[in-house]
Amino acid sequence: MNTTAPTTEQILGPTPGQILRRKIFGHRGIVIGGGIFLIIVLMAVLAPLIAPYDPYHQDLVARLVPPIWQDKGTWTHVLGTDQVGRDYLSRLIYGARISLMIGVMAALISGIIGTSMGVAAGYFGGKVDMVVTFLITCRLSLPVILVSLAVVAIVGGSLEMVILVLGLLLWDRYAVVMRASTQQIRSLDYIAAAQAAGCSTWYILAREILPNVMNQLIVVATLEFAHAVLLEAALSFLGLGVQPPLPSWGLMISEGRNYILFDAWLIAIPGSALFMMLLAVNLLGDGVRDVTVPENRA
Amino acid sequence: MLIYTAKRILLAILVSLTVSALVFSLLYLSGDPATALAGERANEADILAIKAAYGFDQPVYVQYFKWLAGAVQGEFGNSVYFRLPVIDLITERLPVTMTLGVCAMAFALLLSIPLGVLAAMYPNSLIDRAALLLAVLGQALPSFWFALMLIVVFAYWFPILPASGSDSWEHFVLPTIVLGYYATPAFMRLTRTGLLDVLSSDYVRTARAKGLRPAKVLFKHALRNAIIPVVSLAAVQFGFMLTGSIIIETVFALHGAGFLAWESISRSDFPTVQAVLLLFSWFYIILTFLADLLNAWLNPRIRVA
Amino acid sequence: MTTTLSVENLRVSIPLSAGVLHAVRGISFEVAKGETLCLVGESGCGKSLTSLALMNLLPSRAKRDADRIEFDGTDLLGVGERGMARMRGNSMAMIFQEPMTSLNPAYTIGNQLEEGIRLHKGVSAREARERAVYLLEKVGITAAASRLTQYPHQLSGGLRQRVMIAMALMCGPDLLICDEPTTALDVTIQAQILHLIKDLQREFDMAVILITHDLGVVARVADRVAVMYAGEIIESGDVAEIFSRPTHPYTQGLLNCIPVPGKTRHGERLGTIPGIVPSMIGEMAGCAFANRCSYAQDICQQHVETHTVAPNHAVRCVRAEQVRTVAAGSLA
Ligand SMILES: Nc1ncnc2c1ncn2[C@@H]1O[C@H](COP(=O)(O)OP(=O)(O)O)[C@@H](O)[C@H]1O
Ligand SMILES: [Mg+2]
Repeated sequence: MNTTAPTTEQILGPTPGQILRRKIFGHRGIVIGGGIFLIIVLMAVLAPLIAPYDPYHQDLVARLVPPIWQDKGTWTHVLGTDQVGRDYLSRLIYGARISLMIGVMAALISGIIGTSMGVAAGYFGGKVDMVVTFLITCRLSLPVILVSLAVVAIVGGSLEMVILVLGLLLWDRYAVVMRASTQQIRSLDYIAAAQAAGCSTWYILAREILPNVMNQLIVVATLEFAHAVLLEAALSFLGLGVQPPLPSWGLMISEGRNYILFDAWLIAIPGSALFMMLLAVNLLGDGVRDVTVPENRA
Repeated sequence: MLIYTAKRILLAILVSLTVSALVFSLLYLSGDPATALAGERANEADILAIKAAYGFDQPVYVQYFKWLAGAVQGEFGNSVYFRLPVIDLITERLPVTMTLGVCAMAFALLLSIPLGVLAAMYPNSLIDRAALLLAVLGQALPSFWFALMLIVVFAYWFPILPASGSDSWEHFVLPTIVLGYYATPAFMRLTRTGLLDVLSSDYVRTARAKGLRPAKVLFKHALRNAIIPVVSLAAVQFGFMLTGSIIIETVFALHGAGFLAWESISRSDFPTVQAVLLLFSWFYIILTFLADLLNAWLNPRIRVA
Repeated sequence: MTTTLSVENLRVSIPLSAGVLHAVRGISFEVAKGETLCLVGESGCGKSLTSLALMNLLPSRAKRDADRIEFDGTDLLGVGERGMARMRGNSMAMIFQEPMTSLNPAYTIGNQLEEGIRLHKGVSAREARERAVYLLEKVGITAAASRLTQYPHQLSGGLRQRVMIAMALMCGPDLLICDEPTTALDVTIQAQILHLIKDLQREFDMAVILITHDLGVVARVADRVAVMYAGEIIESGDVAEIFSRPTHPYTQGLLNCIPVPGKTRHGERLGTIPGIVPSMIGEMAGCAFANRCSYAQDICQQHVETHTVAPNHAVRCVRAEQVRTVAAGSLA
């Protein structure tokens, strides 16, 4: 027999919080994705402190300096300079701000629109549901890229405009997912109990429904964040997103295109940054989904 | 099935109408479309002339119905930039985009379904992990950047494929890969999870309990049910691929409808933009409609109601 | 009587994150031609896994282990997957617990009925069809020929289970395993299906293993009974013997739980067994039932063995003889 007194954990087992924490830190995707994402966020927040140069400062003498790993690279410009002599590392660091800003704002705006629509459809059903489903179908039939290109071309490109356009376009997945999960929760007994107890609709939505769809909401939000970042880069790449001289990664790739033959690093560097950011967010989203689904038998 | 089809047609028509109204109203975002069309250097007289020529002096709803009536007959007016009927421009460019779309779809399906099947048959094996890694990396790869990197590698460093143009089949290789890889992760995941679900289902156990050979169980009883959601996704993805062709065709200078869209957007050629946008949307609506019918037909619960 | 199936020391284990789940812990039994063996026990005691282990249809993570499984003179442990496939659906067939989901929604009833016999017996499409119609009529389905072109979703649960039975009988098996064939169905249909299985068994002279947690069913159809608890067979014997002189305290408890017509008065409380089933994860020392047993002594925590208390009546309890005398006293 074991004579030492058992610890509380041995008696009670781990608390749900401990289990969740263990799952999060034991999940390779979350750790890697979260790590990369944290670095990018720090880069964006601390940009003025860590960027070696002013990202807009042109130095026409030091144009197209190659990055450090190439033969003529120097430590003065670790990632080299672009075609007008701006320090590439500084632009890359400031570029993180633009991507993050667009991703967060667009995911937020579309999240508010899509969640309200989806929850309303799932909760009230009937006509509301029909209308929302119809709107989702219409929205899905409009190609995002083309519409946003056209709108930006008509009203003019700027950071705010790109955020607004993407925010108003990317709500479909929120609506679809929130509708389905609200329907599912609504059919459970405790909602009927809450209704029978005379709780107001707002109370039920805020206290019973929303907390229970939170996990899915977070997963969709990460997906749409990545989607918005990708679309901004594509729009800027096509010349119809944010406008120069802002250091958007998509714009940097577009500006580097003319030098693709001899200075491929001009597009390789911002592209890799974009890739890492998208990878990190996708890993995080997948991880959140893995961690929050109830343990399955598979 | 008949009732289902009728309902579905009605929905498709309603959606098409709503979408056409949205597309039409895009032009009014700028405030005054005539000014936008005339461009920055235009004077009063030019603007008035354009107003008359395009009917902007009429009430908006009259303009809309005229435009819609024209659109249904394939009549979209003249391109402001090319001075040619828009419909001619589109029919001339569409085959390139369609070829690209079909090739990319074939590429994506041929790559992802076998991978998804293998991953589901040997869960947690090396091949499953490799497929998952491919999906995770693929999802994070921005297509325009991937296209540029492929050009760097296969057109400049190892010059075996052309970087741009649309004259020979070789011009389609890189665009097909870039456009196709984008849909691959979704197909693969859906095939894998669908097949895993089906393989652990009761009716697959029944099939095995009958003593059927593993290949027969897989191909007859499992795949058929697992592939149904992939069919719907394929239709949706084909629509996405057509719009994705805007980016791909621009990067590779493939003269298809996507390239036309980009050209006309950057030249403020709004009649052409509207036409392409409307056609792409309608095309998507028709695709999803067909996919739903095919789905219903594959699923006896709907077919034999 | 010839033995159709004999099983010795069958074990099934499933590795889980919390440890290895020993769901079936070394059970042995035999079934003879024309005989019905009922496997009874609470849900979760390992009945389904036992039957799947016999067919070698366990979920891929589960591991099967046995000293011997002999069926019709063949050693099933040695035949490999191809050999098993030749027997499944042919000489040994199974009916599952879930009639609603056990048919493939994408194919017609006829298609699913006929594919097995065409594979195993190499018969023509017409012969297979005739056999299907014959068996559908046998299991009491009207308008059998027209059913062949229907899809599973067009049939009710009771009809689907009848189709499953017909499907199992297509090749004329020597052994039919029925895993709770009526649990998912409503009561009136339950009785019909059980009658049907019993009739068909007599007609085709099959060995039947019927799995159930319902002792009422056992009383009506069984020749012999094996009672399972936590992955072990704790008592087995002829049905009359088990019902008249249940010896294991668990079996006694179970029998107290069923209402007996005429004896149990309306509204009378049925007996329940206090306590909970032990976790099946990890090894278990002594008797699995000890923690709930009113006869348990210290020895039960460490040791358990099987006693033959009468011809054809074995009990896995060290105190079997004492329990038997006490029980006999209280019954008298
Ligand atoms: N696929 C599986 N994965 C994990 N545990 C399982 C699985 N199938 C069955 N079990 C467990 O094995 C035990 C026996 O299950 P089963 O044979 O289905 O019981 P019964 O049929 O007697 O109700 C149960 O505790 C059950 O939870
Ligand atoms: Mg069971």
